[in-house]
Amino acid sequence: MTGPDANANVGIVIVSHSPDVARGTADMVRQMVGDEVPLAWCGGNPDGGLGTSVPAILDAIDRAWSERGVAILVDLGGAETNSEMAIEMLPEERQGRVLLCNAPIVEGAVMAGTEASAGSTLEEVRRTAEELRPA
Amino acid sequence: MMNGHSRGSVLLRHEVGLHARPSVKLTKLAKSFQSRIDLGLSAEGPWIDAKSIVKVMAAKAPKDTELHFRAEGDDAADAVAALVGLVERDFDDGD
Repeated sequence: MTGPDANANVGIVIVSHSPDVARGTADMVRQMVGDEVPLAWCGGNPDGGLGTSVPAILDAIDRAWSERGVAILVDLGGAETNSEMAIEMLPEERQGRVLLCNAPIVEGAVMAGTEASAGSTLEEVRRTAEELRPA
Repeated sequence: MMNGHSRGSVLLRHEVGLHARPSVKLTKLAKSFQSRIDLGLSAEGPWIDAKSIVKVMAAKAPKDTELHFRAEGDDAADAVAALVGLVERDFDDGD
């Protein structure tokens, strides 16, 4: 799923209330940016409805893990608070290497992925995602 | 080491202009070079950072725009040649 040097780059996690939105967003990153960025998504609650869950987010962070860090893109309220909770629950050695981006989920993920693919730092990846503003 | 300066221009023929996917390809390629690289929609600018995906996409260059590149650094000539080549090949978007 990830390229040979994927762990040299910051990873991207996509958290949406809808699994379809999360999967579709991840598809856009894969197709537009490529496979050199560790990427994982999660969405929906355990009952198959709309929602987000802390264990699913933790699992996604684990799948997209990179020593360079992980940037998280979210859609609405609960996705953000659950992601913050997941970050707090990370093991100590991963604390501070996972950041939430304040950016639109689809556009932010493509921007973040493009920046990450160039080997940029976690802070640069977040800055690029957050630099985007509606025209 | 000597710093190099290089410039080049190429006609953007891509049917929908410098939209999302071409912008990502151009930015990624630019980022693979050490040199500072600017993209201009005319020979006099204004110039934007070719390594900034947000700025390149925001430029919204339409089809038939003459894209200008200028680079400064040790790999400036290679960078301009590679970027001009990408646009000439229509961003390898054939398939």
